[in-house]
Amino acid sequence: MRSWILTGFLAFAACGPTASNTKTLEKVPVKPITAPSPVFHADNNPDTLSDWGILASNGQFLALANDSFVYELNSALFSDYAHKLRTIHLPDGQRVQWHDDNDRIEFPTGTIITKTFYYEKGGREADVLKTDTAPQLNDHKLALANIRLIETRLLVRRTAGWEALPYVWNDAQTEARLMRTGDVKRLSLVSGSNRQDFAYIVPNTNQCAGCHATNNTTRVIEPIGPKFRHLQSLSHFKLTEPINAYRNVNWQDETAPLGARARAYLDINCSHCHNQVGPADTSGLHLEPTTALGPHLGVCKTPIAAGTGTGNRKHGIVPGDSEASIFTYRMESTNPAEMMPELGRSLAHDEGVELIKAWINNLGGHCN
Amino acid sequence: MHKILTGTVALLAITACSKTTPENIHPEPTADMAAFAASLQEKLLDAKTGDVIDIPAGFYEFERSLSLTVDGVTIRGAGMDETTLSFKNQIAGAEGLLVTASDFTLENIALEDSKGDALKVNEGKNITIRGVRTEWTGGPKTANGAYGIYPVQCENVVIENSVAIAASDAGIYVGQSRNIIIRNNRAEYNVAGIEVENSVGADVYGNIATNNTGGILVFNMPHLPQEGHSTRVYDNQIFENNTKNFGHEGTPVASVPAGSGIVINSNDKVEIFGNSIRKNKTANIIISSVYSTGYNDLDKADNFDPYPEGIYIYDNTFEGGGNSPDGMDLKALKTLKFGPTGALPDILWDGYADKTKYVDGNPAPNDRICIQNGADVKMLNADGPNGFKNPDMADMNMHDCALPKLSATKIDL
Repeated sequence: MRSWILTGFLAFAACGPTASNTKTLEKVPVKPITAPSPVFHADNNPDTLSDWGILASNGQFLALANDSFVYELNSALFSDYAHKLRTIHLPDGQRVQWHDDNDRIEFPTGTIITKTFYYEKGGREADVLKTDTAPQLNDHKLALANIRLIETRLLVRRTAGWEALPYVWNDAQTEARLMRTGDVKRLSLVSGSNRQDFAYIVPNTNQCAGCHATNNTTRVIEPIGPKFRHLQSLSHFKLTEPINAYRNVNWQDETAPLGARARAYLDINCSHCHNQVGPADTSGLHLEPTTALGPHLGVCKTPIAAGTGTGNRKHGIVPGDSEASIFTYRMESTNPAEMMPELGRSLAHDEGVELIKAWINNLGGHCN
Repeated sequence: MHKILTGTVALLAITACSKTTPENIHPEPTADMAAFAASLQEKLLDAKTGDVIDIPAGFYEFERSLSLTVDGVTIRGAGMDETTLSFKNQIAGAEGLLVTASDFTLENIALEDSKGDALKVNEGKNITIRGVRTEWTGGPKTANGAYGIYPVQCENVVIENSVAIAASDAGIYVGQSRNIIIRNNRAEYNVAGIEVENSVGADVYGNIATNNTGGILVFNMPHLPQEGHSTRVYDNQIFENNTKNFGHEGTPVASVPAGSGIVINSNDKVEIFGNSIRKNKTANIIISSVYSTGYNDLDKADNFDPYPEGIYIYDNTFEGGGNSPDGMDLKALKTLKFGPTGALPDILWDGYADKTKYVDGNPAPNDRICIQNGADVKMLNADGPNGFKNPDMADMNMHDCALPKLSATKIDL
């Protein structure tokens, strides 16, 4: 199952002691970094990220435009242990509006949302570290000395709607280039003495829509994270807190109830497809926070089209028995035929798997 | 004896899975082919309505799945044996080609060795699949992708002159769709050759289904937005579907016994006529309920109808079959009722029926299982509702009835 990872690693290793990587770096004077100024492109997609004026890098610092703000989610999508810098730029003087249909925040035309995926660097060229926390912006700047920027994804609100654009950072970390067809980065995740090779997949623009078109009938692209229930803080959004609106917990918060943590995790990792109108509505499995504990949440539900993804298990969730539940099998798998989510990871999320296992093992009842 | 449809085959000697085709030998992709492959996803992103994307003869390799989201696009190869998209080295993506668009045509092309499904079309209208081959070239293996040709939640679907080989679930699978024509295809060495599931208005004709575990399946599964009905299966050649079940436990097809010709499971209004159904070693036709597929956790709130109703079987040609059923239960049943050299009858029914809808002790006229196929064609009632305690031959007089014929599916594409 993992032979491709090995193959990838060998192919990489076969390059030998990487002449290009060990050559003496020329001392090029580094340009001082200044905060960029946002430029909204109403209908063209510039080739380079810097053209948007949201993020700029000189290889030593990544600078964020002054009028953009950083936002955090209480529970975040797992993306091969990458850290994420999430920013929003709103056009001058404009505000957002919250609608309670599907917990939707309406952004004005001209909004630019970015998400930069990065790791702390390890000892070897392809090494990235598995770390719980990563350096953050300080005074709108991120020091890149120990950082490897992988990609920055944009969601741009145009008159006709949102557009999703993936930009991939160059080796010098000075610029990211638009890669509409996505990309593959051969990386090794290092945790202590453990090194796991994996193929980091940058999505193509169709795949961006694969998650962000959460309604598979209208196929309208929407931001997923910036919803009230996911946001840690509303302060930058200048929104008053909706009354009685549901809010997810942080799945890592061990003081929160196990069920709430598990449902928050399933929501942010699964419900963009697994909702009543999403691309995975074909499965009858709906993992939104509103789904009652029952067959549509997977409890004692037999699969429809899981194929090899069943792992020879009979039900999505068998209460009290995570080892008999398809959920954890598909979360642990890294085989494209069977893993869930289908997109956005090449590694298993061990901590997420542990959470869902604990939750399932604590559920009462049984399947016939 | 507790289940009629049990995929366990422990002691049963089943024809060993043989190679489907001689080992496919493809030329190394040329530089031109590699360049074309590298540019194909971009072509799909840039496609405009009305575009035809021609893929010349050649062997094209992909590391990631392909996807199309633009309506009104045709992807056309030079022939199912000339233009091959190979996903043997795939590292990401749950399909070979994923289409979320309408007015789509795929023709004259092969999709090989995808990790997951070969072709999935999710929610589109007016879908034509013509002259397409989906194949796992190592033959039937559990590790193969689930579906070959897989439109789901689509409307107006034509699948014709295509070939589906060695899917670990169904070769051709149409799910939760409306208005479907599946004709003149060949499905071989899949767990299910052709499967129509939770779909409304399907005509399945002129196909060859052979060497699958089950030839042609008409299923309904619970917990889905749409229940299926109104499927006509006619003028097909359904023979020797005796390949050992290599599906994954837990999937609906994993419960299909090897040696099944046609299986109707919990579906309504199914008309089966004019087929040649031969030498399927468990039974040429099985009529069953999800209760027999190991499914007993029905959520009452779902209002799912688990009973096969309005089944009309007539004017088919049967030959052989039933002589070596799959699974200990059926094997024991056969020996008990028909002796070591005997055979199960052509039709096997698990016996589940909705007694709450009976009128004067009998099914309502349009809910019946009607069989008008000559005196030689018999049906065994496996007595599922009573724990399969007293399986017995059905009184064919009770099934000598006609049902209103279903209208043909018409699609103008």
